[in-house]
Amino acid sequence: MGMTMTQKILAAHVDGVSEVKAGQLIEARLDLVLGNDITAPVAIKEMEKMNVTGVFDKDKIALVPDHFTPNKDIKSAENCKIMRDFAHRNEITNYFEIGEMGIEHALLPERGLTVAGDVIIGADSHTCTYGALGAFSTGVGSTDMAAGMAIGKAWFKVPAALRFNLTGQLNKWVSGKDVILHIIGMIGVDGALYKSMEFVGDGIANLTMDDRFTIANMAIEAGAKNGIFPVDELALSYIKAHSDKPYTIYEADADAIYDEEYIIDLGTIRPTVSFPHLPENAKTIDEIINEFPDGVKIDQVVIGSCTNGRIDDMRAAAEIMKGRKVAKGMRCIVIPATQKIYLEAIEEGLLKIFVEAGAVVSTPTCGPCLGGFMGVLAAGERCVSTTNRNFIGRMGHVDSEIYLASPAVAAASSITGVISSPEEL
Amino acid sequence: MKTAKGNVFKYGANVDTDVIIPARLLNITDPAELGSHCMEDIDPDFVNKVQSGDIIVATKNFGCGSSREHAPIAIKAAGVSVVIAETFARIFYRNAINIGLPIIECPDAANGIEAGDLVEVDFNTGIIKNLTKGLSFQGQAFPPFMQRIINAGGLVNYVNESII
Repeated sequence: MGMTMTQKILAAHVDGVSEVKAGQLIEARLDLVLGNDITAPVAIKEMEKMNVTGVFDKDKIALVPDHFTPNKDIKSAENCKIMRDFAHRNEITNYFEIGEMGIEHALLPERGLTVAGDVIIGADSHTCTYGALGAFSTGVGSTDMAAGMAIGKAWFKVPAALRFNLTGQLNKWVSGKDVILHIIGMIGVDGALYKSMEFVGDGIANLTMDDRFTIANMAIEAGAKNGIFPVDELALSYIKAHSDKPYTIYEADADAIYDEEYIIDLGTIRPTVSFPHLPENAKTIDEIINEFPDGVKIDQVVIGSCTNGRIDDMRAAAEIMKGRKVAKGMRCIVIPATQKIYLEAIEEGLLKIFVEAGAVVSTPTCGPCLGGFMGVLAAGERCVSTTNRNFIGRMGHVDSEIYLASPAVAAASSITGVISSPEEL
Repeated sequence: MKTAKGNVFKYGANVDTDVIIPARLLNITDPAELGSHCMEDIDPDFVNKVQSGDIIVATKNFGCGSSREHAPIAIKAAGVSVVIAETFARIFYRNAINIGLPIIECPDAANGIEAGDLVEVDFNTGIIKNLTKGLSFQGQAFPPFMQRIINAGGLVNYVNESII
């Protein structure tokens, strides 16, 4: 029986097995184990209870202080210290201090730590991002991370899969974010529960790597175990440009079984916004203009995160904000996801555009996405955000509202003060 | 733990980890302190009312969102003996097993149990009894592999046993 791309990668990581089937419980070897300043301290405490003297491989663990950093308060500072001390004690190669860090899911591919064919777990739900490079990667909790660091293995139930056949080409101002919000709107926040989302089709060639990272990143918002793209020339050139690690390209068998197949013409996708309080509440910009003729007034815009803090995102926002001003009374917060992206944005003049428009630019942090700091919302406030979740209270007060959108829509909205398409400017 | 018995707190679909324990509290790692904030953004009264042994029942996709293990830890520390739902989000599912919070998938029970009902769960058989309404439901028992993790007392002990 044929295997999906995900199943092939998993089968190659199980000792003494050449084939796996959906539903089968396996123990797979891990190529990388990731944690951050929220989840790693809990994992470190759990690992201390295990009968091991150290980590399974100091080169295959990545520790990134990105959530509440630069430390937002004393407790956060203490959590970071636990992680830093652990990293030093165990001589972890890939610990990234402030100054070299970035938001983990933008940082690790950039540093060449995630390549095609890898099996990766991370104690962060958006670990599924690396599927853009043809890796199996999935989010787990801190105890799984602890076991992964200790023995280099994790248990999985082999997932069934949904296939998304992407055709055609995106229109101007439509990006990977609109694609994934459209898909989540179509299948729901549990539409891919426990399953893989495998993206195929000739439309993929028309998606940039940053589009693919964004799409894979939000697979978890449909409940998926992982999202994954085939490894084409573009993905391969990205891997070669960023990594010396050996990689393996896996392809789904022709007779692989999928629970469902969806065909999506990228050319039909419109700028899309997910309304409070679930990512599945997706509306096209046209529906929004129809339903809300007076506009949906907003108080804050956030452009950044592991979903949309990459250089393509910065460029799209800057193209719209150039020569324009953020609406009176609006707060616009721009957060390049890594130091490298920050530097590129400086060199390309993008940060100058943001500051001149009246936006603020922050050092890399996950801060506002999860209501930590750097943009927490008050009761009754509305935020258009390029992040990934619009749950109740996610970015602050339980009576605040989050509208998920692309960087282009977020930037346009910061100029007009209402949810807007760049086409309207 | 072979059985659980308690009064039910009932929730709907897509109860996410942000309402179970909001991120603004994730700089806390002490289970008791996390438990004292459990569910506060969806049900501020929960922590005042919950008694040790009580049961959470919800519909689909319970625990969706973040990978934070703080969520099942908070529920367990609040005294909840088992969570019954139509379906669980996958990371929450593994986290609950790994930290030793019993969970059972059972769509019939999720629909046949209301807030305040007295419910008893037998973990060996997967049978869920609604004592208030006199109804009985067959929940999905854990596969043997997961039972081994649970019987070991969570993943930490399981790993220790595998190493030895």
